[in-house]
Amino acid sequence: MTRVAIIGNGVAGATAALHIARHPNYSVTLISDETPYFFARTALMYVYMGHIRASDLKPYPDTLWDKYHIQRIHDRVTDIDFQHKHLHLAEGNTIPYDILILATGSIPHRIDWPGIHLDRVGYLYHLQDLHRLEHWTPHIRHAVIVGGGLIGIELAEMLRSRHKQVTFLVRESHFWNIVLSDSEAQLIDQHIREHGVDLRLNTELEEIVDDGSGKVGAVRTSSGDLIPCQYVGITIGVKPNVQWLRDSHLHIDTGIVVDEFLRTNIEDVYAIGDCAQLQHTAPYRRPIEPVWYTAREMGQCVAATITGNPTPYRQGLWYNSAKFFDIEYQTYGYVPPHPDPETDDFLWQDPPHYRSLRIHYRRDNHAILGINALGLRLRQEQCHQWIQQATPLPEVISQLPLAAFDPEGNTSYLRDIQQYFQAQFYTTNSP
Amino acid sequence: MAPTHTSYRYKIVRHIADGIIFLLLAMLALRWMDIRVLPDTLSSWGIPLAFVLAMALRAWAQYAHRPPGIHNNGVWFRPLTSRKWPALTLSLLLTSFYVVLYFYPQYLGLGSDGAPNRGLIAMFDPLSKALSGNPASQWFVYGVFYTTAILGFGIKFLMKYRHNRYQRWRTLSVMFFQLGFAFLLPELLMALNKPYYNFATFWPLHYYYFDQWHVDQLLRAGLLGKWMFFWGLAMIFILSPYLTYRFGKRWFCSWVCGCGGLAETAGDPFRHLSSKSLRAWQIERYLIHSILVVAVAMTIGVIESYLRTGQYWLTPRSFVVLSLLVVTLPSAWLLFTQREQLARDARILLAAVALLFSIVLVNHLFSPNGEIFFVDAGTVRKWYGFFIGSIFSGVIGVGFYPIMGSRVWCRFGCPLAAILGIQQKFFSRFRITVNGGQCISCGNCSVYCEMGIDVRDYAQRGKNIVRASCVGCGICAAVCPRGVLRLENGPSYKNKA
Repeated sequence: MTRVAIIGNGVAGATAALHIARHPNYSVTLISDETPYFFARTALMYVYMGHIRASDLKPYPDTLWDKYHIQRIHDRVTDIDFQHKHLHLAEGNTIPYDILILATGSIPHRIDWPGIHLDRVGYLYHLQDLHRLEHWTPHIRHAVIVGGGLIGIELAEMLRSRHKQVTFLVRESHFWNIVLSDSEAQLIDQHIREHGVDLRLNTELEEIVDDGSGKVGAVRTSSGDLIPCQYVGITIGVKPNVQWLRDSHLHIDTGIVVDEFLRTNIEDVYAIGDCAQLQHTAPYRRPIEPVWYTAREMGQCVAATITGNPTPYRQGLWYNSAKFFDIEYQTYGYVPPHPDPETDDFLWQDPPHYRSLRIHYRRDNHAILGINALGLRLRQEQCHQWIQQATPLPEVISQLPLAAFDPEGNTSYLRDIQQYFQAQFYTTNSP
Repeated sequence: MAPTHTSYRYKIVRHIADGIIFLLLAMLALRWMDIRVLPDTLSSWGIPLAFVLAMALRAWAQYAHRPPGIHNNGVWFRPLTSRKWPALTLSLLLTSFYVVLYFYPQYLGLGSDGAPNRGLIAMFDPLSKALSGNPASQWFVYGVFYTTAILGFGIKFLMKYRHNRYQRWRTLSVMFFQLGFAFLLPELLMALNKPYYNFATFWPLHYYYFDQWHVDQLLRAGLLGKWMFFWGLAMIFILSPYLTYRFGKRWFCSWVCGCGGLAETAGDPFRHLSSKSLRAWQIERYLIHSILVVAVAMTIGVIESYLRTGQYWLTPRSFVVLSLLVVTLPSAWLLFTQREQLARDARILLAAVALLFSIVLVNHLFSPNGEIFFVDAGTVRKWYGFFIGSIFSGVIGVGFYPIMGSRVWCRFGCPLAAILGIQQKFFSRFRITVNGGQCISCGNCSVYCEMGIDVRDYAQRGKNIVRASCVGCGICAAVCPRGVLRLENGPSYKNKA
């Protein structure tokens, strides 16, 4: 029996556990101090909004873990003895292992603003963050959210669903325009405001002001405004949860450095998910990608590798999705916020319906590099095929219905895109 | 800043609409106690119409000020939609209504032995007379309530999902079929002295279709009657298999059917209450297919019992042989062509067919004339009508909306859904496609599946959803925050997983 210990039961750790435990010669121990069960972190917002119950967060039935004899421990690992292959738990137990998988995930990034340690300064990452927010909710009339990214807008939607006034401080000139183009970001800005959020662009947090009892009373912004509030949500990104491992021999940069087989510098120790930092990356991909599906894929790869089928983790074509209030966002391939000298964007927008399609392509042969979609759904398989085969833009546009993934009857915009393309592209790109 | 001022105005309108609805219900309650507020000639059509208009006003006030999109905010917080006491109260009211409707219609005011109607039923006499020329019955009143509910809550649904054309078309379709085909047309046929006939339903949901009196009534009603009879047969054997092959069972269950229509409109606020447990799925499969076997065996028995009188050109023996062929040939074909996929299901199917075979044969060979399985034919039909037609589809099916979700009948009881489900699973181009690896396991799809399908379990593994029970309402795809699910009619019925 090979004993596999996994620290962290997020999607990376849980996926690895399930895939390893299917092999009879491995016993798996899954350790987490957050929850005794694996849950969909991505859906925390829907629990707060009353769309689903906390019990609906579990992607697998409880019986599955017993079926595969996966031992689950709800405790904190305080120390790892890499030499003797032991884990020390907070409650005093020691767990021996043969193979260790670190899947410790992320922690919210924070900056030492004055007042950051006040009561009712919150984050949105752990289940406990949600519990705290729920606990504070009756006391919140006005909330301030700091950080214009994916979690910030989720938090804004959550608080608006509970009828809280929300001020959203975004450092950039438009929401998330470090990833979206200004044209796309402006659409989102407008939609955020339509949902009753006081969106303040080009604005940073200066200070969180004490209300006199150790709780949040107001924030002061970089533009000098004092905004009274009872809650501050800090959503300025995440960083690998590796601080507690820094004193060890583990090679840590920003995250735990791993090779293509997700091995760390210490033998029989692997790292997957948000906490792992890849030594080698594919074009347009980053060494740390705190995304749901990459964690899931790493979990599958490491499970195969450990159980005797060495499988390198290869970043394929990038894709991702999100939802900004009511606007769905999907992205496939490489779509930077601004075109490079060698590339250009085809942009179609239907602002009243919050639809936007941006296809990034090379100027020389018109081969597409990536697609950004807002308010419309595209078929991943088809998009990947076009990008991988360097399909020229005109061909992609003419075949666009192949990629339509909206509900039946909701794809009449396709013709608008094709007509707009005919009118625009050939007038601006005629030889 | 937050548009508090505007939403305050909408709130006032919503309260006004609620007030109107309350007044209308109060008028019905008073009229039930024989206290007339308005003359019946006005209220028999005025109250239903006013209800639909008030619902429209309410829906406007509830949704118009929000940007279009999915807003299931607070569904699990509100007592009415999370099985708290208001849900239990509503459930009790609905079940009581059904018990009275089915078993004690005199308490609604139905006059017996030629006595005129009183109370609630008398109130609808003017409308009934205007449509069919007859005084109202409890079924007419029920039809008015039913249609009003589908129209009123249908408008609410249209507002709620106004961003989604699939949802809009589907809802307009069920509203149209309920008002036109299930309610108005049969009444008008009666006015023209033709048989009461709903073209939008068919056996075995239309469970008395093959009863002797019904067949006789149709066959004696001239060309139209014969056409109705053959329309019913064509629906069973030609149209529905084709449409289910082409589009899945959704063409009926969530576009045409009245039971589905009520579930999708009035039942929509309760859709998330369906159980997603594995046990519920097991109960569902055994229960619905058992009811199908009973329904088919009973129908064959009923037909055989009146064929034995010798008044018809078909002999009992040739009928039994024919019907057993109709059951076995498609099953054998299924077992042969899809043997790889079937595995465990094959044994269940074989067992069901064998059971049916033996019931029908034993009955054919040993039951005396006028009896089905040694019990009086009338009694068998009565008990089926009691348990399946009344208790299951009505009292539990609708009465338990606030407890078990909106599709209890469709999921556990409807024999037609069972047939269409078998076709859908093995011989249909319909499937729900999963979009690559975009699923984030959030679980909204599973929670809002009214049929209790754990959609997420498929979506997170990237597996297409091919399930017999799926009625193709499309809500899983609508609530998915990442655009992962799509209802599709594929190019072929094979290899769709």
